[in-house]
Amino acid sequence: MTPSDRDATGLLTRPDPFVQLITPTGDRVRNAEFDPWVADVDPEVLARLYRDMVVVRRIDTEATALQRQGELGLWPPLAGQEAAQIGSAHALRDDDFVFSSYREHALAWHRKVAPAELLSVWRGTAASGWNPYEHNMAVPQIIIGAQALHATGYAMGLRWEGSDAAAIAYFGDGATSEGDVNEAFVFASSFDAPVVFFCQNNQWAISEPVGLQSKQPIARRADGFGMPGIRVDGNDVLAVLAATRIALDRARRGEGPSLIEAVTYRMGPHTTADDPKRYRGDSELAEWRERDPIARVLAHLDGSGVDIAGLEREATAEADRVAAELRAAITTLGDPEPLSVFDHVYAEPNSHLERQRANYARYLALFDEPGAAEASDRAEGGVR
Amino acid sequence: MTQLTLAKALNAGLRRALADDDKVVLMGEDIGTLGGVFRVTDGLKAEFGAHRVVDSPLSEAGLLGTAVGLAYRGFRPVVEIQFDGFIYPAFDQIVAQVAKLHYRSRGTVKMPITIRVPFGGGIGAAEHHSESPEAYFAHTAGLRVVACSNPADAYLMLRQAIASDDPVLFFEPKRRYHVKGEVDETASLADAPPMGVAATLARGSDVTLVTYGALVQTARDAATAAAEEGVSLEVIDLRSLAPIDYAPIEASVRRTGRLVIAHEAGQQGGMGAEIAASITERCFEFLEAAPVRVTGHDIPYPPAKLERHHLPDLDRILDGVDRALGRPNSLSGVEA
Repeated sequence: MTPSDRDATGLLTRPDPFVQLITPTGDRVRNAEFDPWVADVDPEVLARLYRDMVVVRRIDTEATALQRQGELGLWPPLAGQEAAQIGSAHALRDDDFVFSSYREHALAWHRKVAPAELLSVWRGTAASGWNPYEHNMAVPQIIIGAQALHATGYAMGLRWEGSDAAAIAYFGDGATSEGDVNEAFVFASSFDAPVVFFCQNNQWAISEPVGLQSKQPIARRADGFGMPGIRVDGNDVLAVLAATRIALDRARRGEGPSLIEAVTYRMGPHTTADDPKRYRGDSELAEWRERDPIARVLAHLDGSGVDIAGLEREATAEADRVAAELRAAITTLGDPEPLSVFDHVYAEPNSHLERQRANYARYLALFDEPGAAEASDRAEGGVR
Repeated sequence: MTQLTLAKALNAGLRRALADDDKVVLMGEDIGTLGGVFRVTDGLKAEFGAHRVVDSPLSEAGLLGTAVGLAYRGFRPVVEIQFDGFIYPAFDQIVAQVAKLHYRSRGTVKMPITIRVPFGGGIGAAEHHSESPEAYFAHTAGLRVVACSNPADAYLMLRQAIASDDPVLFFEPKRRYHVKGEVDETASLADAPPMGVAATLARGSDVTLVTYGALVQTARDAATAAAEEGVSLEVIDLRSLAPIDYAPIEASVRRTGRLVIAHEAGQQGGMGAEIAASITERCFEFLEAAPVRVTGHDIPYPPAKLERHHLPDLDRILDGVDRALGRPNSLSGVEA
């Protein structure tokens, strides 16, 4: 890396080579090492991948709109990262376990999280949307990078059990600066944990360019920790699928962790509360629009003799349906019961909290009908 | 019944827990081959294997973060933090993740993690080896916090902590590791006093003295010394810091009207502050004097040669008792 490899913002302008199987204009690039891993991906499978990406992009725009309309408090968009998420999602088995950040809505959708469950956290009606064990996907993580350690511990458990399932940790480029992520690399390596570390390098951690997090391509770090690093074009769903399958296969065979750096771009703001115009320019967005993950797949399928117009119609119809479900789900997300603030703090009865809950119930009852406080007393046994 | 040191009682408790449930996994630095710097895990790796008693890379955040992942998978991790002062790198994982995941997941994900922490001073150690960080964790909703004071409690409470589906900070008074006591290794958890109850160790009528951990022995010695001067102290071992079992403390203060709380940790925001406020709320009409706190100073833990000026000892506790009794004491006629 030389100084001229960076632009004024510190953005790395000459990346290391990365694996690309479909170019931005839809041409197929032959790659002897990666091709066998996606030999099964015929036009029909690719069409499925295309439709999935269209749907999750639509979920994203719909949720963003819902936030603008005041139905959601916040939404962290995944716009631009559809291939990185859908490609890797397709590589996973149902019994693999996903540990993600707050942006992996495509993973959640792909693992059959319902629309209401996808939105409840952002609407503020629940601390988490779904039962992790129904989708084998952990509660999404707000503390940057913490999930890398969780995935590693889960994978250590899998290994001790002799299971051939794997764990996958999704995190961004910013997260690679956190101690937790580096500590996860250490533990995963030392214990040969069957975990895939999937870094979506979307170039930005809110307003901080990736050049601030790393002087080198992130995939290079892997070698230092004793595991393979694969750098892929994160906007190429086929390359992502291949890379993730390779990493999962390693993990299942007891060869330990891998780091995948999926080079992509956060087309939207960090969240709906962010204003990217304050730190990045339109030319950059235009540049990345040329590398759109969805357009290139359509272009490639066009070259394979698929009925593109029909496919687009189908995908849009499916996306419309899901968007409608999302909108409808909002009406089911009513305000939770006040006393539910006390639920699930502990797994076992807790004398301190029970007393506090009883006291608060009495307090709330003061705002109800006369006699309600006494009724609450009898019901809860509340005392000072 | 066997005479065991506190450290050996913990060892026996861990052995029993490992044998009873193969989801129990011990993790920590130097706990495997070495058997722990205090030998608390001595012999366990040889007996149960390297994947049940795990020597971990040197990372407290790594230990607790992987414990979270293991808990997600259904394991019951028992993590050892080598010394109290080393817990802080793990603070985020403990407070932001371990404490909150059951709540955040609406009860679907359990965090049955036990975090063993040798704590407290009086061993003439270097910096960061004599801390009392319990208040940070008692203040964190979602965590249970306990401190054993004797071998019998160490054996039973550790097994109870491991069996609990809640995450438990298990504080072990390191300067008492070598103290021997009667331990009934055949005792069943079902018959044992619950982990959350306080224990009245000595009956008294003049002043209620509440403490935990290493100072329990000091408090008992203080009660013996006070008796020689005709002052009768009721000594209560808190055992559980979160939640606190107020029933025996309240019952006692209603009789004595006077409360002294002692702990090594500094005064500001310490457990004494919580208990003083709560007892004042609950027993105001019964109090003859304001609750008294006998604590470490609000300083970083001092160098070894000065620690006796920081740690509450028998004399400082008795000085606090005098204050509670309205007898001449170090603060007589001086603004508290």
